[in-house]
Amino acid sequence: MCEVIVVTSGKGGVGKTTTSANVGTGLARMGKKVCLIDTDIGLRNLDVVMGLENRIVYNLVDVVEGHCRVKQALIKDKRNPTLYLLPSAQTRDKSAVTPEQMIKMITHLREQFDYIILDCPAGIEQGFQNAIAAADRAIVVTTPEVSAIRDADRIIGLLEAKEMSKIELVINRLRYDLVKRGDMMSQGDVVDILAIPLLGIVPDDENIVIATNQGEPLVGSSAPAGIAFENIVNRLTGKEVPFMDFSRGVSFWMKLTGIFHKI
Amino acid sequence: MKRFFRRKTSKQIAKDRLKILLISDRANCSPDMMDMIKTDIVKVISKYMKIDASHMEIQISKTGTKGKLGSKTPTLYANIPILDINQ
Repeated sequence: MCEVIVVTSGKGGVGKTTTSANVGTGLARMGKKVCLIDTDIGLRNLDVVMGLENRIVYNLVDVVEGHCRVKQALIKDKRNPTLYLLPSAQTRDKSAVTPEQMIKMITHLREQFDYIILDCPAGIEQGFQNAIAAADRAIVVTTPEVSAIRDADRIIGLLEAKEMSKIELVINRLRYDLVKRGDMMSQGDVVDILAIPLLGIVPDDENIVIATNQGEPLVGSSAPAGIAFENIVNRLTGKEVPFMDFSRGVSFWMKLTGIFHKI
Repeated sequence: MKRFFRRKTSKQIAKDRLKILLISDRANCSPDMMDMIKTDIVKVISKYMKIDASHMEIQISKTGTKGKLGSKTPTLYANIPILDINQ
C-alpha cells in the first residue's frame, strides 16, 4: 500500500523542503521505497537540499507533457538505494501542470513506491492545488511565529475543505530558551491555536544550515534536529515515540510546569 | 528587574493577536462585521430577556461539530450572560 504525503505550510521559508528531504530520507533509511517529488515549478530547491542538482536530466514537466517516461526522470539518491527524486522544472511556471495531470502521474507511481512525498510550494494558488490533489495525508509545517501560524491555519482550512483525511502538524525551529523566557509560543500554544494532531517538534539547530550547505539531509544523525526528524519518521509509520524533552538543563520548576502542560 | 514589571510576555501578546486574527480569518469577515453581528444578536435577545451585553462573547471556532461529510465546519459560539430571564 502506497501512501502519498504532501508537505505544506502556506508561508514560505518555514522548512517545507528541509522537512520533505529529511522525512523522505528517513523513510528510505528504514528500507521503504520512497519517491520525493518537488512540485515547486519555477523555483526548484529539493534537488539542492538533497545534493542531487548535478544529476538532473528530465523533470516533472517533461514527464507530464510526455517528453519522457517517469522512470527516466527519477534520480536515484546518492546514499539510499530505495530513495528517488523527481525534480521540478526551473524554467516553467505553476500553470505548466494541472491537478488532473498530477493525479494521473501519481496513480502510476503508487505501484512502485511505499511512500510518495510531495514538497509543496508556498502560497495557496495552483502550485498548492496541484500538490494536494493526489495526496492521502498532509504534514503542515509551521514555526512558532504569528505570520507562519496564521498561514498554517488558512492551509488547514483549505485541506479540510478538500476533505484530506489526515492533517498533522510539525513545529519547526522552536527555540527552547525563548519559550522559557516567555518570548516564543510553546508547542502547547501552537497546538492549542491550530487544533490538529502534533507529528513532531524540530528545535532550531545550526546543523540544519550546515547539512543544507553540504546537500545532505540530517535525519538519523545525533544533532537535535536529526533526532527530531527521526522521531517524525517513526511516528509517520505508526510507531509511538514520546515527544523530545527540551527541558534538559532547565530548572525543576520549568520541568514541573512542563508536566502540567502535557496533561 | 524590568522584566518583573512588564505585564505581558511577548509570547502572550503573540497568542492574543493570533486568536483575534484567526477569528476573523476563519469567519472570512472583518472584526467590524463580528461587532455588527454581536450588536444584532444583542438586539434580538433583548426583546425577550435582559442580558449583560458588556460581558457577552462571540467567536467562530473551527473545532466545532462534524459536518455531514465528516469535515469540521466552523461554528459560531455565543456566550451571553442573562441578567433576568422573566422580563
